[in-house]
Amino acid sequence: MRSDVIGDEEKWLAEGIAGIQHHAFYMHRALDANNLRDALKFSALMLSELRTSRLSPHKYYDLYMRAFDELRRLEMFFKDESRHGVSIIDLYELVQHAGNILPRLYLLCTVGSVYIKSKEAPAKDVLKDLVEMCRGVQHPIRGLFLRSYLSQVSRDKLPDIGSEYEGDADTVMDAVDFVLQNFTEMNKLWVRMQYQGPGHVREKREKERSELRDLVGKNLHVLSQIEGVELEMYKATVLPRVLEQVINCKDELAQYYLMDCIIQVFPDEYHLQTLETLLAAFPQLQPTVDIKTVLSQLMERLSNYAASSTDVLPEFLQVEAFAKLSSAIGWVIEAQTDMPIVGAISLYVSLLTFTLRVHPDRLDYVDQVLGACVKKLSGETKLEDRRATKQVVALLSAPLEKYDDIVTALTLSNYPRVMDYLDNGTNKVMAMVIIQSIMKNNSCISTADKVEVLFELIKGLIKDLDSTSADELDEEDFADEQNSVARLIHMLYNDDPEEMFKILCTVKKHIMNGGSKRLPFTVPPLILSALKLVRRLQGQDGEVVGEEMPATPKKIFQTLNQIIESLSSVPSPELALRLYLECAEAANDCDLEPVAYEFFTQAFILYEEEVADSKAQVTAIHLIIGTLQRMNVFHVENRDTLTHKATGYSAKLLKKPDQCRAVYACSHLFWVDDQDGVKDGERVLLCLKRALRIANAAQQMASATRGSSGPVTLFVEILNKSVVFDCKFEDSHSKLRVLYDLGLTCELCNRYLYYFEKGNPQITSAAIQGLVDLIKNEMQGDSANANPAPDAFFASTLRYIQFQKQKGGVMGEKYASIKV
Amino acid sequence: MNYLIGAFKPSCNISITFSDAKTRKQVPLKKESGQAVLVPLFQSQENISGKINIEPIQGKKVEHNGVKVELLGQIEMYFDRGNFYDFTSLVRELDVPGDIYERKTYPFEFSTVEMPYETYNGVNVRLRYVLKVTISRGYGSSIVEYQDFVVRNFSPPPSINNSIKMEVGIEDCLHIEFEYNKSKYHLKDVIIGKIYFLLVRIKIKNMDLEIRRRESTGSGPNTHVETETLAKFELMDGAPVRGESIPIRLFLSPYELTPTHRNINNKFSVKYYLNLVLVDEEDRRYFKQQEITIYRLEETS
Repeated sequence: MRSDVIGDEEKWLAEGIAGIQHHAFYMHRALDANNLRDALKFSALMLSELRTSRLSPHKYYDLYMRAFDELRRLEMFFKDESRHGVSIIDLYELVQHAGNILPRLYLLCTVGSVYIKSKEAPAKDVLKDLVEMCRGVQHPIRGLFLRSYLSQVSRDKLPDIGSEYEGDADTVMDAVDFVLQNFTEMNKLWVRMQYQGPGHVREKREKERSELRDLVGKNLHVLSQIEGVELEMYKATVLPRVLEQVINCKDELAQYYLMDCIIQVFPDEYHLQTLETLLAAFPQLQPTVDIKTVLSQLMERLSNYAASSTDVLPEFLQVEAFAKLSSAIGWVIEAQTDMPIVGAISLYVSLLTFTLRVHPDRLDYVDQVLGACVKKLSGETKLEDRRATKQVVALLSAPLEKYDDIVTALTLSNYPRVMDYLDNGTNKVMAMVIIQSIMKNNSCISTADKVEVLFELIKGLIKDLDSTSADELDEEDFADEQNSVARLIHMLYNDDPEEMFKILCTVKKHIMNGGSKRLPFTVPPLILSALKLVRRLQGQDGEVVGEEMPATPKKIFQTLNQIIESLSSVPSPELALRLYLECAEAANDCDLEPVAYEFFTQAFILYEEEVADSKAQVTAIHLIIGTLQRMNVFHVENRDTLTHKATGYSAKLLKKPDQCRAVYACSHLFWVDDQDGVKDGERVLLCLKRALRIANAAQQMASATRGSSGPVTLFVEILNKSVVFDCKFEDSHSKLRVLYDLGLTCELCNRYLYYFEKGNPQITSAAIQGLVDLIKNEMQGDSANANPAPDAFFASTLRYIQFQKQKGGVMGEKYASIKV
Repeated sequence: MNYLIGAFKPSCNISITFSDAKTRKQVPLKKESGQAVLVPLFQSQENISGKINIEPIQGKKVEHNGVKVELLGQIEMYFDRGNFYDFTSLVRELDVPGDIYERKTYPFEFSTVEMPYETYNGVNVRLRYVLKVTISRGYGSSIVEYQDFVVRNFSPPPSINNSIKMEVGIEDCLHIEFEYNKSKYHLKDVIIGKIYFLLVRIKIKNMDLEIRRRESTGSGPNTHVETETLAKFELMDGAPVRGESIPIRLFLSPYELTPTHRNINNKFSVKYYLNLVLVDEEDRRYFKQQEITIYRLEETS
């Protein structure tokens, strides 16, 4: 059915074209013969083909263009009076004798254009006559094309300023009047198209109308091209009249297109100066018109205009562009109650963009826009509409981009209020954007107040906003978000310790509410940041660290203690333990023994009560040992207590290898390389022995249960250690054999080397030599039971010795006596 | 009349020439045969003068009972063809009975002849002016020669010439107001006007302005009316909406119009009407007819 219609249309078009060609042929003959009568007759016949009602606008245009081309030839003929011998005035009458209106008016327009050119009559009279006479064609499509033809042929003949057709009687006003009138009539026809024909083809008609819209819009373009349309005239005549027509036509499609057209074709400067008039039109448009797009376009153009040159900025101020736009948006939103929320918000986005470009210094404007948005949103609970959400994000992102500095945004009181309307997911996204902005710009948030605001903004990340079930969350995303928060915390900085402390307190207040899932992410950076502060305070120690100051290290540590305690609720004992140890170390550096002791105590308590997993225990105990080793603040008693505890816990680990490792690690607690560090060789040996015992036990256990040799490397490790500390050299030697049987001597050797290098007086090159020889022998003898690991280990040890020898210097001398 | 000559072998040739034939304007006149011949143009109150030549055929003499020339204004009804009603009849005796042996010229003159009616060639009626030369003969039929001429009378521009303005309509369907700038137009005039649409509830396809001529002949029960559409001029294409006003500009010069004739000698009338016709998409016609008067204005050129 439909293809029939299309097929028919093709046929009709072909017929029309054939008709035009046929009559054009005779017209050409008449033209060649300078026969006016026939020329008129055949041109009228030719133009009669345009009377068809059967073609769609698209096809009709095709037909029109063919006739148009022929009319050019006719016009050339009319111009040359010598060819037809009739004065232009008579010719103007003659063509009006045609009985059919459409050919008559096409001919009239053609002659009219020649008439103007001849200057035998004022251009304005001819133009006025033509535009009036064209009223006779009320058929939308035919009328539009006819008037488009009129517009086309008259374009270069308007009595514009500087044009040859301008004269006493003809002013630019006449040109403007003419174009405006033609525009008005064309628009009426265009609008009317919508209401003609049966109702069910509405969509098709709308499409057809869209195809024709440029015919109407062209008039506005012509207007904009008229030189004489200066600001004053535009203000007084052109714009009011165009707007009047736009408003009165009450047609959605037309209003949208024409408003857009006005904005696009006339200069920005004009828009700026007529902003009030232009904006006043918007509330009068049909409620279904997509005003937001048009208004956005306008604001975008104005923004670009403002951006184009700083010279124009005063104009914006002068006309109070912002206030006008702002109130216009208010009206529009109020008037168009049906407008979806997304529309309103996108308007605010545009306004905001405008504001940021034009008044970058006016934060109050920005805040005002956000405030208006809040007001609009206030009816809603949370935004459901995805597109609206997107717009809000755009709204909130704009100031961030503009100011490169979140600090500015933080002063906007309405900013967080807008954010409140985002759904949780988007709120988080927005918060991420904010954080990323901070990161990108490396901006530092330096006051507690700002921090307060900032955390208010990103509260979506800081705490659960509602009862969103946790399993909905993507673990990875969550981790990402929290990592960002963690990074953010490091961006909060102030040189003034006092303020910094305040910042930390603020952060603490916020993150404490974060719930067990967030604390593991957020607490560490806070602690570390606090510790940084502590170290800074420590740096300026001795100066004015008065007791009355709030930011004493002591105080900070107290706070930290609380914070870490909160981790117990997570629970995340391993993390808490690490943090305690960090704090302890910091306290150590501050010479605060009781504090450090307290932290250690907490760490041990945690270890006892919370760290249940054996692997975690191993890690924890190693951490404890490591930290403890570095502590130098403790007096003997405290230290003993702690080391004792640590050794005790080490020996109580579940797996023998772990025990063994922990215990030999403990040996370090008694040998601190610092100048005045503890150097208790006896206790070291004790530890090593104990480790050895455990290793033996482990080996036996392994053989018993699995019938194979057990954790060989373990022994190597122990021996490394034992060598380090062994002061009773002979004694160690006797053990070496045993140990070697287990294939662990290489490690031992290494450890010896460690202490050898460290200059332990009990370890001489001879001892090392003996050890090396021993290992060599044993290894050869035990080739059947060859285990690649000790071999490799030993080989590299030997290589190390070799290397040291070659290197020369003090070390080289030391090693010189050792043969490998 | 040539056949008369042929049939009866008239013994003489008669020719009529007007004294100002060279300068007088000639206009085409449609003869019964359908072909147009150029004939002199007069108006009322003019002197009609000239010469009549009678030239006997070589070697023959024309005996006669007298020669006369008549100026006749005749109305001929086509249903009564051949029967002329003379509304004007003027006679000039040119010669007393006698014989004509050789070419003889008679001057004649009708001065300030009252010719109130214009020459008219209608559908059912004809009004003509003719000069008739008669050579009366006792024994046979008279020898007669005719010379047609055309009379056109100019009217001064009417002192009162109101516009025609009217609001018409079909209830709840179509209301229009139309205006023609005058009620009396001369033959080369232009009708200017506009149609204003007050209410449009029908789908109009187009609108034409027609010029119609209504010729009525006879009187009483025998009145015969013939209407012709002389012009069909499209004013509007497509359907207007309420508030639309459509301009009218119709040049009368291309059409073959005559002045309005009212009750010419109680025999006939010729009246003109402007008929505004609106055609809807179902080809229904809505029309309103208004009489206009057409007059002949003296051409200045």
